[in-house]
Amino acid sequence: MLSIKNLHVSIEGKEIIKGLNLEVKPGEVHAIMGPNGTGKSTLAAVIAGREGIFEVTEGEICYKGKDVSEMSIECRAREGIFLGFQYPVEIPGVSITNFMRTAINEIRQYKGLEQISATNFLKAMEDAKKLVGIQSKLTNRSVNEGFSGGEKKKNEIFQMAMLKPDLAILDETDSGLDIDALKVVANGVNALKTKNNATIVITHYQRLLDYIIPDFVHVLYNGKIVKSGKKELALELESKGYDWLKDEA
Amino acid sequence: METQIQDKTFREKMIGIFETRQETIFRNDSPTLVERRKAAIESFKQQGFPNSKTENWRNTDISKAMAADYNYYLESTFQKDQDLSKIFKCDIPHLETDMISQLNGWFVSENGSIKTDKQGVVVGSLAEAKKKYPGLINDHLSKIADDRKSGFVALNNAFAEDGVFIYVPDNVSVEVPLQMVNIINTNENIFIQNHNLVIIGDNSSLQLVQCDDSVDHQQSLINTVTEIFVGKNASLDHYKLQNKNDNSTLINSIFFNLERDARLSTNAISLNGGLIRNENYVTLNGENCEANIMGVYLVDKAQHVDNQVFVDHAYPNCVSNELFKGIVDDSAHAVFNGHILVRRDSQHTIAFQSNKNILLTDKATVNTKPFLEIYADDVKCSHGATIGQIDENAMFYLKSRGIGEHNAKMLLMYAFAAEVINKIKIEPLKIRIDDMVKKRLRGELSICEQCVLHCSNMEKETNFEIDMSKV
Repeated sequence: MLSIKNLHVSIEGKEIIKGLNLEVKPGEVHAIMGPNGTGKSTLAAVIAGREGIFEVTEGEICYKGKDVSEMSIECRAREGIFLGFQYPVEIPGVSITNFMRTAINEIRQYKGLEQISATNFLKAMEDAKKLVGIQSKLTNRSVNEGFSGGEKKKNEIFQMAMLKPDLAILDETDSGLDIDALKVVANGVNALKTKNNATIVITHYQRLLDYIIPDFVHVLYNGKIVKSGKKELALELESKGYDWLKDEA
Repeated sequence: METQIQDKTFREKMIGIFETRQETIFRNDSPTLVERRKAAIESFKQQGFPNSKTENWRNTDISKAMAADYNYYLESTFQKDQDLSKIFKCDIPHLETDMISQLNGWFVSENGSIKTDKQGVVVGSLAEAKKKYPGLINDHLSKIADDRKSGFVALNNAFAEDGVFIYVPDNVSVEVPLQMVNIINTNENIFIQNHNLVIIGDNSSLQLVQCDDSVDHQQSLINTVTEIFVGKNASLDHYKLQNKNDNSTLINSIFFNLERDARLSTNAISLNGGLIRNENYVTLNGENCEANIMGVYLVDKAQHVDNQVFVDHAYPNCVSNELFKGIVDDSAHAVFNGHILVRRDSQHTIAFQSNKNILLTDKATVNTKPFLEIYADDVKCSHGATIGQIDENAMFYLKSRGIGEHNAKMLLMYAFAAEVINKIKIEPLKIRIDDMVKKRLRGELSICEQCVLHCSNMEKETNFEIDMSKV
């Protein structure tokens, strides 16, 4: 589904990702861990297509067999890539309902489908809300405006449930969550898992991985994946920290 | 009774018309009003028209508008055989208003030029009111419209013959909103000066919608002065809708005077217009007044919108709140000048001022000048102005959900304007303005599609790609 080869990314001339390789197959859950400032969020943003200060200087990202370098952000999203933001953006004046309906209809239009009916849309909203335990009022509010940290993260998973992506990249979705919210978010992600979609969980702590069980764990350090392993690697990191990996880098 | 005006001598011509046509100009006036006109023309002689050197006009260049040839009329050109119902037709679904019409600045009506309803509310022509209610007129007309504010105000005070007169007695709540519509429909270039007078008695309330529209593409210069007296514990909910052609110049000066415990909400919505200058003068002339002064402007091409707000906190314990937002496209130009004056004894004043702008191109210009002048020491005041582009983070967020560049931009621009639109309290009006703003942002709004009116050859209703209404 996703194949990244020798990826190099610079921000304002400074190389952040320095030759990264990653293979993700349908049905898999990958966790990417690593200390602050090693390029985790940059990787997520680049897969989603963020332009501007991010410059891919070398290597390629293939999604479903296609090189995405020429694909716009919105096209990648319509092809099934979803980015759960570490810091979801507040958009005063745009209701979540309107936001989601516009998104779904643009995706449907891209796929040559008719606009979603009001009934189906409302049903999808209800189901997605239930999945992440959102109280009904949330959906009438402006996107993320005045939301608590936990509400924002739940709202990301809510959107994921609405859009049903093939590849979801969750960037530090666990940060700022208390244990109850963490469980809700994790349960949502697990419920959306099928054998055809894949998830990349980017996290700092092993804690989230108690609830979302990864098939693979990768350690990103200094712009490269320095170690990959099974879920046990996460536990090892938790007890030993990251320092012991510096030598391997 | 037409008089030709030419460019260089515009000022001299107007003074000349005044000197030679006094008999016509003074025809409805009491001796008091005649004196006021004479004082006004003297003030105009001293000031002349504002130019780029005049304080508060530095960023608004009217020289082009002043250089054109205009015809000026001292009497109404309305012919009795014109079908008013075709020109003035409100089509906002579920908006029930009593419509007051002005054609080229002159009051027009099929059933009498002034009338009084069973609650004692008087609505009609200002010229007629001068004859019928000389006491009220002498006490109010050209009283708060201060000649010294600008040459335009002085000239209007000297010349204006007609306009709308509204009187709401004490203790009357007017249930149905009043809608004043000034339509310019002519096949020549004209200069228009009309003067509206609104008096709201103590403990009364009124909703007033003031529309300025054109149904032609002629060059016109409109100099409107409106004086609004809001009595003790009275309330006014006021809207200005401006959808003019690109060749028009609209100078719109409104003077509000609030007595103790009065409440004012005024919202200026400028959707289209060659050059629009809105001057708002708000005097809080008693304790515990509240004034909310808002505006939204959407300009493109070479359009120019200028909002000037002056709030005078003359008494303690009053609240004023200003919020103006604008989206400026192409090589358009927007100006905001906000001045809050808190006098020495006006303690416990609360005054906020905010002006936010989005610039869509490198050629678009915004000049914003928030200004607080505070002489009291126990007050809470703040001001802020922003000029920015569309938020890149928000664009990325929307796009990452599959929304394309165009719609993402639309959603963000609409959301930006919606903060002001959402404050419209007349629900059917809000829905309509909302709709018009969306069309305007998509570049689909025509001046034929009047703010609240449709002229007979209106274009077909356009469908949206996205229906932004709520589910």
